[in-house]
Parts: sequence; C-alpha cells; structure tokens
Amino acid sequence: MSVALSAQDITRALTRISHEILEKNQGSTNIVLLGIPTRGAHIATRISSIIASIEGTEVPTGTLDITLFRDDLRMRPPRAIMPTKIPTSGIEGKDVILVDDVLFSGRTIRAALDALGEIGRPRTVQLAALVDRGHRELPIKADFIGKNLPTSKNQSVKVFLSEIDGRDEVTIEEEAE
Amino acid sequence: MKHLLSIADLNKSEAISILDTATELARVSDGAVKKLPTLRGRTIVNLFAEDSTRTRISFEAAAKRLSADVINFSAKGSSLSKGESLKDTAMTLQAMGADAVVIRHPASGAAQRLADSEWMSGSVVNAGDGTHEHPSQALLDAFTIRKHLGMGGSDLAGLSIAIVGDILHSRVARSNVLLLSMLGAKVTLVAPPTLLPVGIQNWPVTVSYDFDAVIPHVDVVMMLRVQQERMSDLFFPNAREYSRYFGLNGERMASMKSGAIVMHPGPMNRGLEISAEVADSARSVITEQVTNGVSVRMAILYVLLAGGALEVGSN
Amino acid sequence: MTTADYLIKGASLPDGTKADISIANGLIASVGSGFKGDALTVIDAKDCVVLPGLVDLHTHLREPGREDAETVLSGSSAGVKGGFTAVSAMANTSPVADTAGVVEQVYRLGQEAGLLDVFPIGAVTQGLRGEALSEIGAMADSVARVRVFSDDGNCVSDPLVMRRALEYIKKFGGVIAQHAQDPRMTMGSQMNEGEISARLGLKGWPAVAEEAIIARDVLLADHVKSRLHICHLTTAGGVEIIRWAKARGIDVTAEVTPHHLLLTDDLASSYDPVYKVNPPLRTEADVHALREALADGTIDIVATDHAPHPTESKECEWQEAAFGMLGLETALSIVQKTMVDTGLLNWIQVAERMSIAPARIGGYENHGQPLIVGSVANLVVINPSQKWTVDRDLVLSKSSNTPYHGHELPGVITHTFFKGKAIFSNGTVSSNGGK
Repeated sequence: MSVALSAQDITRALTRISHEILEKNQGSTNIVLLGIPTRGAHIATRISSIIASIEGTEVPTGTLDITLFRDDLRMRPPRAIMPTKIPTSGIEGKDVILVDDVLFSGRTIRAALDALGEIGRPRTVQLAALVDRGHRELPIKADFIGKNLPTSKNQSVKVFLSEIDGRDEVTIEEEAE
Repeated sequence: MKHLLSIADLNKSEAISILDTATELARVSDGAVKKLPTLRGRTIVNLFAEDSTRTRISFEAAAKRLSADVINFSAKGSSLSKGESLKDTAMTLQAMGADAVVIRHPASGAAQRLADSEWMSGSVVNAGDGTHEHPSQALLDAFTIRKHLGMGGSDLAGLSIAIVGDILHSRVARSNVLLLSMLGAKVTLVAPPTLLPVGIQNWPVTVSYDFDAVIPHVDVVMMLRVQQERMSDLFFPNAREYSRYFGLNGERMASMKSGAIVMHPGPMNRGLEISAEVADSARSVITEQVTNGVSVRMAILYVLLAGGALEVGSN
Repeated sequence: MTTADYLIKGASLPDGTKADISIANGLIASVGSGFKGDALTVIDAKDCVVLPGLVDLHTHLREPGREDAETVLSGSSAGVKGGFTAVSAMANTSPVADTAGVVEQVYRLGQEAGLLDVFPIGAVTQGLRGEALSEIGAMADSVARVRVFSDDGNCVSDPLVMRRALEYIKKFGGVIAQHAQDPRMTMGSQMNEGEISARLGLKGWPAVAEEAIIARDVLLADHVKSRLHICHLTTAGGVEIIRWAKARGIDVTAEVTPHHLLLTDDLASSYDPVYKVNPPLRTEADVHALREALADGTIDIVATDHAPHPTESKECEWQEAAFGMLGLETALSIVQKTMVDTGLLNWIQVAERMSIAPARIGGYENHGQPLIVGSVANLVVINPSQKWTVDRDLVLSKSSNTPYHGHELPGVITHTFFKGKAIFSNGTVSSNGGK
C-alpha cells in the first residue's frame, strides 16, 4: 500500500478545483454542485464551503444517487439506495458540477448523466473528481481533477475522508487475488 | 435474497432496508423522475390465479416505473381457468424467460411450491397465497405506519397496533403480525373467538375480544375485510351483530388517541367492518396505503432483481 | 430323509433363539438345529430375524378404477418387498367394493398375481355414501369371505347407520373398521389443527373430530355387543378413549400407521403434499402417545394405510393434492426405527402387532401362525443390522409418493416366503409376479 495523497494534498487539490470552477464559470451565480454518494457528496460539500469562503455566497449543493441508473447492477450484489437531494433552485438552465471521488471506467458518470436527464435540462454539465485513475471504458473526461494517478487495473484506489473514515488520505493498494 | 414468500424470510435489518429503499424510491418518483431504467430488459410476470385488480395494478405500476417488461397472466380467460396445473404454468413461464413471477393464488403455499420446485428458476414474489401470507401488503402497511408515526426511528418501537376482524382467514393479518412485531410494535388482535385460529398461543401478540377496551390505547387500528359468506359458516350470527361488536364507526373512532390512524388493506365493506364516516375521515390513511404500495413494491422488485447473481462477482 | 425346498440357516426366532428353519411342501418342516438332509436352497440368515409374514389390515390397491396409481399386482409386489404375505384391499375403489361381484374380482386378481393373499374389505354402505347398508351378507358369503367392512376414506358418520352395521355383522363374526372423522368438523380440512396450521393458513383438522367419533363408536359397540376396529389412530386423546374402552371390556381394536409413529405436522411447513395424509400428521406429543400405546397393547396393530397416488395428484398446490402416502415397502423399517431400536418393542411383540393380531382381527387363518412345524410357511426374513436408503424411483408400487425419499432406514428385508415359496428374495420379486 502506498499513500498517493495526504490530508494536506487533498485540501490543496480541492482548493485548486474550487478556484478552477469559479474561473471557468465566471463566478458562482449559476452553479449547482451535485455530489455522488457516498464520498462524492462529502467532497461536494467541501468544495461548496471553499467557494463560499472565496465568494461570500452559498452555492446550491445537493446529492445525486445514481444506483438506479447503473448498467452493472446485475454484476453485483444489490446495493442500498442513497439519498438524492436536488437543491430547491433545481437544475433547469444551471451549470451543474457533478462531483465524485474517483474517476475510473466512466460508467458512474454515464449513469449520472442519465439520472440528470430525468430530472431536468441543465445549461451545462461539468465533472469534478478528486482522483482520475484512468482506464476509461466510455468517452468521458473530467473538467476538474485533483490528481491524475496512473494505476494498473489490478490496483485499487481508496479515498478516506474525515467525515466518515476519520482521516483524509488517498491510497493505492495491490488487490488481493 | 431470491424470493419473497413470507415475512419470515426477512430479518429485521432486511425489512428495514426494504422500507428505506422504498422511502428513497418514493422520493425519486415523487420528484421529477417518473421512470427509472433499473430493471430494463427484465421480464416480470404477474401470475394472478385469483382476481385482485388492486394488487396486480400496484405491482404492474412498480415494475413499469423500474422499466421492466410486464406480462399479465390472469385467471379469467387464461389457461389457469381451464384447469392447467401450477406446474405446467410455471414451466410455460420458464420457457418465456421470466426473471420474476409475482403470484396471487387461492391456495396457501402456492408461492412456496413455485419457488421450491424445479419448474422455474426465476424469483418468486408472493402477492397473497390463500389464507397464508401477503408480505408486500404488510411491508406497505409498515411503511405507511412508519411514515405517520415512526418518530424518526427506523423501526416501529413503542407503537401499539390493533388488527381487527377475520384473523383466521386473513393473509394480511399473518404477515402483519410477523412484520409489525419484528419491527418492535405491540400488536393486539381483536376478533370474535370464532375468527381467531386455534394454535396462536405462541404468536407475539395479545388477543382481545373487546374492541372498545382496546381502541383508546392504540396508535393504529387496522381493519380487516369480513366476507359475507362467513355468516353461512357460522362464524357470527349476522352482519349487524358483527358490526355492533367489531365494526369501526364514528362513535368508536371518537375514543381513539389523538394522532392515531385507521388503516384497511381494501377492498372495504363499507357499513360492515368500517363505516363511511371513518373511511373518509382525516384519520384514515387508506388511500395513502395504495400510493405507498407502489413504492414498496418497487423496493421489493429492486431488492430481488436489481442485484446480479453473486457468482458473477464484483470484479 | 426328505429334501427340503429351503433351509434358512442360523436365523434368530422372534424370541432371540437361534434356529435353522426348513420349508417343504408349503409348510414349515423343521425348526431347530436338528435338520438333517438336503435342501434345494440354503439361505445364510445368521444376522437375520425370522418373523411370521406380515399382515396389513389397511391397504389401498386402487384396482378397479385407478390402475394408473396401483394395481393388485403392483401392490402385491410392493407388499412382498415389504415383508407382507397378506394385505387387505380397502373398499374405496371405482366401482366401490360394495357387492359380492367387486370383492370377488379383487380377490381373484390377488390369486392370479399369486404373490401374497389379497383379502378384500367390503364397504359398509352403498357407494361409501354413509346412507344405506351395502350387501354385507353377500360379501361375507362370497368366495372372498369378507369379514372386515369399512367405508375408509369416509367415516360412517350417521350414528344409526353405524349402529345397524355393528349389529348386522355379528351374524358372521365380522368387524367394522371405522375411519373416525366427523365430516362436518373437517370440511375442507388440510392438516392437523394447531400451531402449524395457524401459521401456514391451512384449514385445520382438529383432533376432536377423530376422538368424538371414536368415543361414540366404542359406546355403540358396547351397547350392541359387537366388534369395532378403529383405523389409523392419530391422537393422544384417541388413545385415552381406547384405553378406557378396553378397560371396560368393550370389544374394540385399534391400529396405527407407521407414518403416524414417526412424522409430525411441522413437515407441512414445506407445503410439499407428499406429507398430506388423512388423518393428518399430528404433533410430537401425539407421536409419543401412539408409540406408548402400541408398546403397551392399547393399540393392537400396525397397519400401513398404503395410499398410492399418481404424480400429478401430488405435484401441485397442497390444497389441490390428494391425501395419502405409500407404506407397504417401508412399514417394517419404520416400526424397527420407532419401536424396536428405541426399546419399546421386542421382535415377539413386532410379530404380534404386524402379523398375529391383524390376522386374528381379519380372520386370516393361514397367516400369523406360530413358527412351528406344520405352520403354513408365510415368513419374512429381516436383517435388522443393515440399513437402506429409500428411493422413490425404485419403489415397486406404481406410484412414488413415499414421504421417506432419501431417508436411511434400518432393517433390510432379505426374503419373504408365501406358502413356502421365496416370492421375494434379495431384492427381486419372483417371476410369477413383478412390475
């Protein structure tokens, strides 16, 4: 096991992502942040508070569970459905920033785009991920990346967040056979 | 979990997980999303060997909101009414590639026979078998109770619930006794002695023959349908006498606790076990039970069908 | 010096003494160690027990009418495999055995099969309808010499009909075998009424529906001083009533089936109709009471209630399924398991309850005879120390509704002798029979 990102690295990466989001969207006025549970939701909340401290205004932030839209449900044991909370402002005409912890095959994001399509029609949809570990299976690309981590397929990337795991850290592990 | 045949198939955390899943599904489908792709490509057969429009429609709506293909196979006009055996029907469904069969059947144990047999390989959901069980109804009842009176908890601890009427012939009662007591509620059965089964000493319930003594102390009054033909089988003298002792009318409702609710699995016999005044009152959550039925049945289908076979593995 | 047909060497008699038994001309020719001479067939039986051939007082052979379920021939094969040399064919055939013509037909079919004796039971009432007496006298006088009358499957529920039947059979020393089941209390009943039926939502068959009829009938038998036999007793309460009746000197006998000595109503939890039987499987407490009653003689005999049904009658919903289970091929093993291996009965008592007493009740003179020189050589040889596994696909009955499929049971029957011939020998039925 090796540590890919320390707590300090994570904070720096999220701060940079927050600035990039503001820069690309010319401020925070039309932005909605939607985190993908579980860890993406916590990261979205962190980005939201960083932006608030920079801009001085609250950014509408919610969660988007994509379990029901996954195309790999049949390949896994059933999963619990996590809450979806769309901010009251809605997503119609907004610049929606999807937030996830690790970008890998891209299938989660495809499911998220399907889920969004059922809810409304944003002006743009952008993607922020703390880690991009490659191995995409779909034509999907992140707009904001904390860190590119080249990995092999039999490695696993684990994100720990203090909100639920008691510490901030990203590790790479060789997967047991 | 492959089948849902009886509440006894569930442990407490599985039951709560179905209710939680239903809560999320209700939120999703109350919002903008009307249709989810979750069960796309799956085939669900509604095998109704006994008429029950409301249960069939509820399962059908649940399956369709999850994008499953639904085939309705009902008693009237089908081979079921021409004496085809359960085995032959099951083998036909297998040949059609049914991933799940939702079965309503007049014979107790029919769902389990289907699940235990080698006639078909899909999941079996018991949508009411004879006088045995009706687990999806109990789950939607628990869901409705939790939503109204759950005090934020995930179970029903601290609540008192009376189930009133023909316990002997009620699959709804059998499933609810198991589920509501598992979720921590205190269940009282209220019925004439003729309509209580022999052999319930070990059920996790208290029994009363006196509705008036029970009603001021409970949070939920769940009325059961009483069939007119029970009179000819000598279970009670006549409808008027039944109503007088075991019917829920305005006067009895007035002695209920504040906040207590009235439930009925339907279809109701207005004027027999429940008066119109009660059925249409603010305490009645009867139409909401129907609404919740769809979310709870979506959750059941999700739990049984969305996950893949374990041998495929997660890698 | 004679030549015997068979010499059974080194077997244990029911009382445990070792003996060689020789058979010649259909009779037991010698018993003991003194046999000198030749035998055409010598059977090494040093681990085996020899009993008089078993006699079943309660068998459904289904012929005429339901030859798809069983025939007299296939039922006879199943019988000899199970150690029986006589079975009693119940009257609920189609047509019902309520005339001399039908009982003679069944009797003749039994003779033609020639594997064991088939004694027809006559119906008490015409068409088993419980209303008018059937031609009881004509059946008694027929070549079938019927002595046991029963509406089994149905109860003779009308007390006046029962009284008249009990009186009428006194003319020739018959017996009424009552299937004790109050019909009103058991309308649509599916299984024992109790904790399990309450949970499963299956309509209950209360013990009192059996006990009320038994109580009435022992009083009737007492009143008219006739002979009553109670079929397939299943409840602890019924045992109490029989015990009371016998203490009063009432001429009543009772039977218990092997399955009611072993199986209980919780098996219905599977909803597998192979466990659906009438009267139903009862509780653990009832099983215990039945075993005790069989041990102390309150219950006189074991009878199989062998009830074959075609596959489609069992491969269905419980409430649609037929009542009944196979019994002939497993009876002795179940009795060994529940009564002998538990120390409740010795082999002398097994011989009494499965051969001597049923032959006496039925009036079957050539059966249940003592194992002495000159007795008709109707014998069964069993190895109690061996075990076998029941396979429903290998039964000799035409049907396969055995509740013991896959069970390992004690007691392997090696030979059944009928009138001095080894009709069943080491797993095969002799060529003048077979499936």
